[in-house]
Amino acid sequence: MSTTGRIIGVNGNMITVEFEGAVGQNEVAFARQGELRLMSEVVRIRGRHADLQVFEDTTGLAVGDAVEFTGEMLSVELGPGLLTRIFDGLQNPLPNLAEQCGFFLQRGMYLPALPRDTGWEFTPTAKVGDRVSAADTLGTVPEGIFKHRIMVPFRMRDVLTVEEIAAPGRYRIEDVVARLKDEQGEIHEIRMLQRWPVKLPIQAYAERLRPRDPLVTKIRIIDTFFPVARGGTYCIPGPFGAGKTVLQQLTSRYADVDVVIIAACGERAGEVVETLREFPTINDPRTGKSLMERTVIICNTSSMPVASREASVYTAVTLAEYYRQMGLHVLLLADSTSRWAQALREMSGRLEEIPGEEAFPAYLESVIAGFYERGGVVTLKDGSVGSVTIGGTVSPAGGNFDEPVTQSTLKVVGAFHGLSRARSDARRYPAIDPLDSWSKYASVVSDHDVAMARQMLQRGNEINQMMKVVGEEGTVIEDFMVYLKAEYLDAVYLQQDAYDAVDCATTSERQQYVFSVLLRVLRAKMKFDGKDAARQFFHRLTQATRDWNRMAMEAGEFKKQQVRLEAMLAEVSSHA
Amino acid sequence: MHKVYHRVDNIAGNVVNVKARGVKYRELAEITSRRVSSLAQVIRLEGDSVSLQVFAGARGIATDAHVRFLGHPMQVPFSDDLLGRVFTGSAMPRDKGPALKDGLIEIGGPSVNPAKRIIPRNMVRTGIPMIDVFNTLVESQKLPIFARAGEPYNPLLARIALQAEVDVIVLGGMGLKHDDYLSFRDTLEENGALGRAVMFVHTAADPVVECLLVPDICLAVAEQFALANKRVLVLLTDMTNFADALKEISITMEQVPSNRGYPGDLYSQLAARYEKAVDFDTAGSITILAATTMPGDDVTHPVPDNTGYITEGQFYLRNGRIEPFGSLSRLKQQVNGKSREDHRAIMNAMIQLYAGYREVLEKQSMGFRMSAWDQKLLKYGARFEKEMMDLTVNIPLEGALDLGWKILADCFEAVETGIPSKLAEKFWPKKEGEKKT
Ligand SMILES: Nc1ncnc2c1ncn2[C@@H]1O[C@H](COP(=O)(O)OP(=O)(O)OP(=O)(O)O)[C@@H](O)[C@H]1O
Ligand SMILES: [Mg+2]
Repeated sequence: MSTTGRIIGVNGNMITVEFEGAVGQNEVAFARQGELRLMSEVVRIRGRHADLQVFEDTTGLAVGDAVEFTGEMLSVELGPGLLTRIFDGLQNPLPNLAEQCGFFLQRGMYLPALPRDTGWEFTPTAKVGDRVSAADTLGTVPEGIFKHRIMVPFRMRDVLTVEEIAAPGRYRIEDVVARLKDEQGEIHEIRMLQRWPVKLPIQAYAERLRPRDPLVTKIRIIDTFFPVARGGTYCIPGPFGAGKTVLQQLTSRYADVDVVIIAACGERAGEVVETLREFPTINDPRTGKSLMERTVIICNTSSMPVASREASVYTAVTLAEYYRQMGLHVLLLADSTSRWAQALREMSGRLEEIPGEEAFPAYLESVIAGFYERGGVVTLKDGSVGSVTIGGTVSPAGGNFDEPVTQSTLKVVGAFHGLSRARSDARRYPAIDPLDSWSKYASVVSDHDVAMARQMLQRGNEINQMMKVVGEEGTVIEDFMVYLKAEYLDAVYLQQDAYDAVDCATTSERQQYVFSVLLRVLRAKMKFDGKDAARQFFHRLTQATRDWNRMAMEAGEFKKQQVRLEAMLAEVSSHA
Repeated sequence: MHKVYHRVDNIAGNVVNVKARGVKYRELAEITSRRVSSLAQVIRLEGDSVSLQVFAGARGIATDAHVRFLGHPMQVPFSDDLLGRVFTGSAMPRDKGPALKDGLIEIGGPSVNPAKRIIPRNMVRTGIPMIDVFNTLVESQKLPIFARAGEPYNPLLARIALQAEVDVIVLGGMGLKHDDYLSFRDTLEENGALGRAVMFVHTAADPVVECLLVPDICLAVAEQFALANKRVLVLLTDMTNFADALKEISITMEQVPSNRGYPGDLYSQLAARYEKAVDFDTAGSITILAATTMPGDDVTHPVPDNTGYITEGQFYLRNGRIEPFGSLSRLKQQVNGKSREDHRAIMNAMIQLYAGYREVLEKQSMGFRMSAWDQKLLKYGARFEKEMMDLTVNIPLEGALDLGWKILADCFEAVETGIPSKLAEKFWPKKEGEKKT
């Protein structure tokens, strides 16, 4: 018999429940208000009292209302039919909710995540008598652009024997496609649909590897200067309006990965709408299909229930791990992890826990670390390689990175793309600070060249600072040239026009090519009659290079423009 | 019908405690004491102890006050009769008109399903170049005006309300000075806009916590108008007062503050209101403009800071002008690509050059020699401030773009502006006797 209880207190989205029977930490329960059933999660148990966070608005709940415990932890549905979909943080399909409820979300409405009556063309790969264990492939179904692996449920612990496997044909996700016998001789019916508790990582792989291959985002400042690796983790902290979301939107479009999971966590609904309206109309050059075919959106925006923000990032990472198990490279983009941290803070406050810095709970750091730890590149049991790359934005109070969420995140990620207010105010997009940011992963160009370019940026900045004190007249022309070159590199390479059809995405080949040309400019010894002439030359060169950035590499004009650039350079170069 | 309770246990700040049974979370109550009577809302239930936030403030409430629970959360009447009327922060008539009783709707309703939202698509023309050219306002946008106390943000709100083509104006005043309220009313009246406006005004003289209801009331009413196909503009002034009232309640409830005394859920509280801005696919829209004063002129203060993380950009009002830096309309790219082909180029070039001008000003103030380039920027910056930034300038977008080209051409060579060569060829004004290269 499942456990029941009664509400004895309501404080915001937290209810305190007196219960009879057994209750587990993180167990799901439903608070009853007449016909309404409001989903909740146990966050603390003290004696016969459990504190629950309610994933809904608690208006109308009263002391004495009944609570039903389910005995299950918060779980998601895994199976074919996840791609292209838009879910809320609890994996309710939002378009289906809209069909049922219209414009507004309705409390207590929960719908199955995966369609039950869709047929999937199943091709068995396992044979009767095969010995299998968790995550081994039993068969595949085509899901859009992928072969979706139907796997032995991850929760299975034994080595099992295939007793029966379905013949090729169309099946629904709840149809039995295999019968497996465990070591005790018990038979397990296997369906395409399986459930997994979101807060537990899926670990059914052979080996975890070190992230080495670059994940090309097609954003030059990232791939060249502060690269991300497949299976790596990175964060984008920045003050409001500095460009975190735009950067993630660009990455979700152009990144060279198989599947993208977007977790819109506690941010604006409008931003998600852009993605979900535009992706179906954008062609993905890798596959020739729409971008939506490789995308799942988990959308728990700022006015949606706060408690499900936390659920939303875990839901997202669980789906990411699921597709990784199929030997795919998955990118999870979470915007913004601070909103999730704030949800933790709100609950911690209601639980009257001893607060840490800025009232965040003391366990914030380990929670953040645990989340990013779910990224990684792994060899699966069949030898194929899959990865989950996690990129999270951080929204620090006052734009000051010296705060708990940013600091806890920086301790665990492999790359840091810090956005600067000064750069975004100057419309130098993407506003990643080239002096502050760092990455532990490998660049698409040689480390040696990157180091040289970074040094020039550094020097250029110092000279600029100095000029503010001693003026241009107090600066020697050699230094002034370094400053101009650094500004040039910034203007034509670090900055990238997100709204230009060509400049918005630069392949790694093009980055290598263009960067080698720019290196020649940076290394060139130039001669000018005075600073004004030098500045004018760089104005022209910048303009010409930016025009070049807007030309498709295959187009004839691309080569012509390069010849022009080189001629300009030759004119001022001193061949001493 | 509803049971009346006669005993108040605790009174702290503007929160009172009574022992009662069968009370629902967020339910409304009427609390009546010898001197005062007020609406109150349930903000915590613990066993049979009920905490109530008293909107008119607990001052004057005695332990023998009568508390009557109403069985429902806060509601407001909705009908077209609202138009032309002025109400208090708790939706009671402030003008001499009759109390409205019909069409009660609950405030603070659920949020719009993101799957039902559409991409904003319509520009709101204001005739202010700093908005139309550089930070275009878009229907369904939520945008605050960040200003120091004393800046003319209320007149700016009123001017935008009048020039924007909207069907309904909803004004929510929180801690509004009585004079400011009157001047809003008079401005709308003089321009014949009062008949399409409804005001919920909590003034500086009213109890602080009473302003907590204002945004929700305004937005609930706006939502109904929008569902009835109206384009609604909601003006909220000043949201910092709203945040301060939240702070007061949370401190009374002994919540651990996160930042300068403000509650940890300030972000969620503000977001719940601002996210009501919407463009309904098959109905009207809600656009929100909100004045947010910055204590100490500091954007990193929790109120403007959290607001900036929620809204779709912000206008900085400084020294009576909309600052080009920091001001941002995040929805501008939804509309400025189709307004006129040179719109984006002019916007980018003029701002970047103005940034250069500001740097030169700094250099100049340190007494450095001005290079030829610096001189150009100085000339440009002065004209930009006078002809574009000044808030008295009132020209349509197209006129402002033409003016932009003229100012640029008077100050620079085309290549110095960073404008894509193709556009410059087409739009760059030809000087007399000059041949194109
Ligand atoms: N790469 C870019 N190119 C051009 N404009 C950009 C770029 N990045 C950001 N912007 C401009 O800045 C605005 C704000 O960017 P974005 O929404 O990404 O900020 P954010 O850092 O996510 O802010 P918040 O923390 O408030 O969500 C955009 O609407 C756009 O106008
Ligand atoms: Mg953002």
